[in-house]
Amino acid sequence: MGAKVNEIALLLAATLAAGTPLALAGLGLLVNERAGVVNLGAEGMMAIAAVTGFAAAFLTGNEWVGFAAGAAAGAAAASIFGWLSLWLYTNQYATGLALSLFGAGFSAFVGSGYVGKNLERSVVAGIPGLRDLPFLGPALFRQHPLVYLAIALMAAIAWFFYRTRSGLVLRSVGESPDSAHALGYPVRRIRMAAVLAGGALCGVSGAYLSIVYAPMWVEGMIAGRGWIALALTVFATWRPARVLLGAYLFGGVTMLQLHLQGMGVQVPLQFMSMLPYLSTVVVLVVISRDPLWIRLNMPASLGKTFHPGS
Amino acid sequence: MHGRTWMQSLTLAAVLAAGLAGCAKSEPPKAAAPAPAPAAAAKPEPLKIGFIYVGPVADAGWTFAHDLGRKAVEARFGDKVKTTFIESVKEGPDAERVIRDLVAQGNKLIFATSFGFGDSMEKVAKDHPEVLFEHATGYKTAPNLRNYEGRFYENAYLAGVLAGMVTKSNVIGFVGSFPIPEVLRNINAFTLGARSTNPKVKTKVVWISTWVDPPKEAEAAQSLINQGADVLLQNTDSTAVLQTAEKNGKFAFGWDSDMSAFAPKAHLGSCAIIWAPYYLKAVNDVLEKTWKVENTKWGTKEGLTEVVKIPDSVPAAARAKVEEARAFLVANPGAVFRGPIQDNTGKEVLAAGVVGDDKFKGEMGFYVQGVDGKLPAGK
Repeated sequence: MGAKVNEIALLLAATLAAGTPLALAGLGLLVNERAGVVNLGAEGMMAIAAVTGFAAAFLTGNEWVGFAAGAAAGAAAASIFGWLSLWLYTNQYATGLALSLFGAGFSAFVGSGYVGKNLERSVVAGIPGLRDLPFLGPALFRQHPLVYLAIALMAAIAWFFYRTRSGLVLRSVGESPDSAHALGYPVRRIRMAAVLAGGALCGVSGAYLSIVYAPMWVEGMIAGRGWIALALTVFATWRPARVLLGAYLFGGVTMLQLHLQGMGVQVPLQFMSMLPYLSTVVVLVVISRDPLWIRLNMPASLGKTFHPGS
Repeated sequence: MHGRTWMQSLTLAAVLAAGLAGCAKSEPPKAAAPAPAPAAAAKPEPLKIGFIYVGPVADAGWTFAHDLGRKAVEARFGDKVKTTFIESVKEGPDAERVIRDLVAQGNKLIFATSFGFGDSMEKVAKDHPEVLFEHATGYKTAPNLRNYEGRFYENAYLAGVLAGMVTKSNVIGFVGSFPIPEVLRNINAFTLGARSTNPKVKTKVVWISTWVDPPKEAEAAQSLINQGADVLLQNTDSTAVLQTAEKNGKFAFGWDSDMSAFAPKAHLGSCAIIWAPYYLKAVNDVLEKTWKVENTKWGTKEGLTEVVKIPDSVPAAARAKVEEARAFLVANPGAVFRGPIQDNTGKEVLAAGVVGDDKFKGEMGFYVQGVDGKLPAGK
C-alpha cells in the first residue's frame, strides 16, 4: 500500500514537471493572443531558444544564464515576426508558420556543435521544510524552481489582465484595435510588447526543455510541443488558469499512460499516444462549452492585421 | 522537424522558408595519414563512397557509431578512397533524392544506415547497376544491393546479465520505441540475460512511439523508475534515459555508442556497435573486386557488438558473469534465444535445446517470461 501511495506521489511530481514547459509557452502565447496577435511560430521560437539556452548554460555552467538567454532568443525571434506582421502588415498566420519552419532549420544549423554535449547537472533542492512532508513532499515540493515560477506567472498574468489598467488596455487592443487607436493608444507598440513577452516565455519554455527536462540539445527536440501550447490557449478559451490546468492535464495524462504501460495494462499504443491530446481537448471543451463564454473571452480581433489610419 | 543539413539551414535563414536543397559535406582523406608505401605507378582514381545517415553525426548514438566506422575506412585506406556523408536525412522520398545525388556525384559504393531507406535504395539500385549499394538493418537484395546488420540483442543480453546482478528491487525497465521484432529481440534478450543471473527479475516496458524525443524518453524513464525499476535499458537514440537514471540515483546502459560521459554514476556499460570491421570488409570487397550479394549479420564473435566501459565499481563476480556470457556468445553466435523459452503467458515458444533461427528472430512477436504486461496490440 505504501508503495502505491508513493507511486501516486511520484506520478503527481512527474505531472507538474511535464506540464511546466507547456504552461510557460501557453501563457506566453496567451499574452500574444489577448493583444489580438496569433503567433504560429511558437515551435520555431522554442527551438531557437532551446539551443541558445543550452549553449549559454553549457558555456557558463549556470542554468539561469541559460534561461535568460533562452528568453532573449525567443523574444528576438518573436521580434522578427512582430516587425513583419505589425509594421509590414504580413499575414500573421503565414508569418508565424514561416517562423516555425525557420526556427526548426536555424536551430539545427546553429546547434550542430552542441549535439551530444553534456550539461553539468544542478541538484534540485526543492522547498526546504516542505520537501520532507510525507506524500506532499515528493509529490509537490521537490521540483525545479521554474515549476513554481510557472504557477506564479499564471497568477501574475491573471492579475495583470483583470486587475490592472495596462492589462485592460492590452485586452482592448485585442478586442478592437481601431477603438484603442482612436483613444490614442499605440496599438502596434502594445502588440509588439505582447509579442515580445510571448516570445520570451516560449523561450523560457524551450530552454527548460533543453536544460532541465531532457537535458540535452538535439534538433527537432521540441517535437510539436509548441503546437500543443498554441492549441491549449484556444481550448482554454484564453483564460490563464485554464491554460495552466490544460498544461497539467496534458502532462498528467502523458505520464499516466506511460505509467499504465509500465503496469502492464494492455491498450493499443496508438490509443495511448493519443490519450493526452484527446483527454485535454475533451476536458477543456467540456468546461468551456458555453458559446457566450467563448465569445466573451476570445479576442475579437484575433489574427486580424491592424492598419493604423485606415 | 528532424533532419536538415547545414546548407539547408542557411537557405532557410536567407529566405525564411523551407528550402529543399541538399548538400553533402565531404571530408578530404587525411593527407597526414601514414600512407602505406606511396605508389610508384600513376595513382588510380579513389573509390568514392557515400554514407547516408538518419541522424546527426554528433548524436552520441546510432549515427555517431556509423561515422566512427566511416572514419576507420578513411584511416585504413587513405587516398584509395574518398568518403562523403550526408547526415539527418529523412526516411521517405527525401532519401531517394539524396541517394540519387550521391550517385550523380560519382560515388560507386553507397551505405544507407537506416531501415527506412530501404525502398529508396532499391529504386536507385535498379536504375544504377554500376553502383554498389549496402543497406544497414535491411532485408532486400538485388544484384548490386546487399545488407548488413548486427546481432544487437547479444549486447542487450549481456546488459541483462549485468542488470540481474546489480538490481536491488528485482525490477528492471526498458524504454522502447516501436513494438517491432528488432526491439522485441532486445527486450527479450535483456530479460533472458537478467534472469540467467537472477531468476526473480521482472522487466517493465514502456513504449514511446518515436526513436528520438529526449523529453519523452526522459518521461518514460522517470515513469519506470517511479514504479521501482532500478536498472534501465533503451533502444531509443538519445542519452536521456541514462541521464534520468543518473538524476534518480539508479542505473542504466548506453546504447549504440559509448555514453559513459553522460552519467558517471549511473552508467553500467554501453551496448556499443562497432561498425568499423564491417565497413573495412565491405570497402575491401570492392577494392579487391570480391563484392557479392550477402546478408551479413555480425555480433559479439565478429567484434561488431560489445558492451564497453563497464565501470570499476561493478563487483568482480558480476564482471565474471558478463565475461562468461560473452565467451558463450563468441562460441555460439546468436544463441541468446535457445530453448526452452516460454512467453510470458507460459506458452513454450522454443523447445529445449533448439536455437532460434532467423525466422524465429525475424518474426518475434511476444514477450518472454519475466516481462510484465502484454504486448501492445496494433503495431
